[in-house]
Amino acid sequence: MLEFITKPWPWYVAGPLIGLTVPALLLIGNKSFGISSSLRHMCAACIPAKIPFFQYDWKKEVWNLFFVFGVLVGGIIAAQLLANPEPIVIHPDLAADMAKYNITDTSHIVPSDLFSWPALATPRGIIMMVVGGFMVGFGTRYAGGCTSGHAIMGISTLQWPSLVATCCFMIGGFIMTHLILPYILAL
Amino acid sequence: MAQHNQQQPIGNTDFEVRSQNAVCVNKSELDAPLSSNMKYAVIGILFGIVFVKAEIVSWFRIQEMFRLESFHMYGVIGSAIVVGMISVFIIKKFKIKTLAGETISFTDKTFNKGQIYGGLMFGLGWAITGACPGPLYAQIGTGATAVIVTLLSAIAGTWVYGRFREKLPH
Repeated sequence: MLEFITKPWPWYVAGPLIGLTVPALLLIGNKSFGISSSLRHMCAACIPAKIPFFQYDWKKEVWNLFFVFGVLVGGIIAAQLLANPEPIVIHPDLAADMAKYNITDTSHIVPSDLFSWPALATPRGIIMMVVGGFMVGFGTRYAGGCTSGHAIMGISTLQWPSLVATCCFMIGGFIMTHLILPYILAL
Repeated sequence: MAQHNQQQPIGNTDFEVRSQNAVCVNKSELDAPLSSNMKYAVIGILFGIVFVKAEIVSWFRIQEMFRLESFHMYGVIGSAIVVGMISVFIIKKFKIKTLAGETISFTDKTFNKGQIYGGLMFGLGWAITGACPGPLYAQIGTGATAVIVTLLSAIAGTWVYGRFREKLPH
């Protein structure tokens, strides 16, 4: 049993568990699953700056901040107590391509060659962490949701605008991965 | 359906935030103590564990997804949607109420161009960071503390969007 837990979980276990978050949040407190709005609540709580978009009672949405805090704690528990003793196995083509850009440490969740404090001193690291993060925050709010709010909650409730948004997420991802990222990684 | 002309401010495009809509304010939550929110933290913890254990938060898994080298992420997102869809169908069909006896409400999303422009922008960022907002928190939890920079930058991005929202096409 413990061996099963520490090994990487297959998609057919993880996917349904993530899907169950939708009814869990609905049944517990009539909450719509959505994570990116936590970023908005933090803006509303800390730096509203009289911007209309941040003028709402964020305290009524505080459940969302508890939820994302839980996700962080879940990350700690999984890494400390349930860690997979073996290194992450990635596709050999991906490993070969990454090696071209001197990304050789593939054993961690995030490549330390790209996302680490020392990497923050490199142009590549700044683009990956600062610019990438900015686009995630700006884009999700512009779109009105992210993978959880649109792709999972939105499509689950048959909202066609969410399907449009999800298709755009994927198109953006394909464009970046194939057309732009090789240039960033080469920096 | 309200027609928006250029004089009117942009309507609600954010269907994750309910408190800005007076009709949707959840009464039971108003008087509830902060501790009642702990149950959401518990769900978050379970969710975070699944995220890490299934390597959904891995930058490499997201790359494999966009490079079509692995079915893993498609399987995760696809099966999550199927389970979510069946759950919502059951809740609607049998008019299941919350544990506190409240009626479960669903808001219809209306289309606006932000879903295209913002969606593309998020997609570009997603392939760079290898994380949507949820995995950012989980990555930090696993000890990748530098991702705090990415998270702060995402908060800044959200703020800048809010600041210039009225000038953007919606």
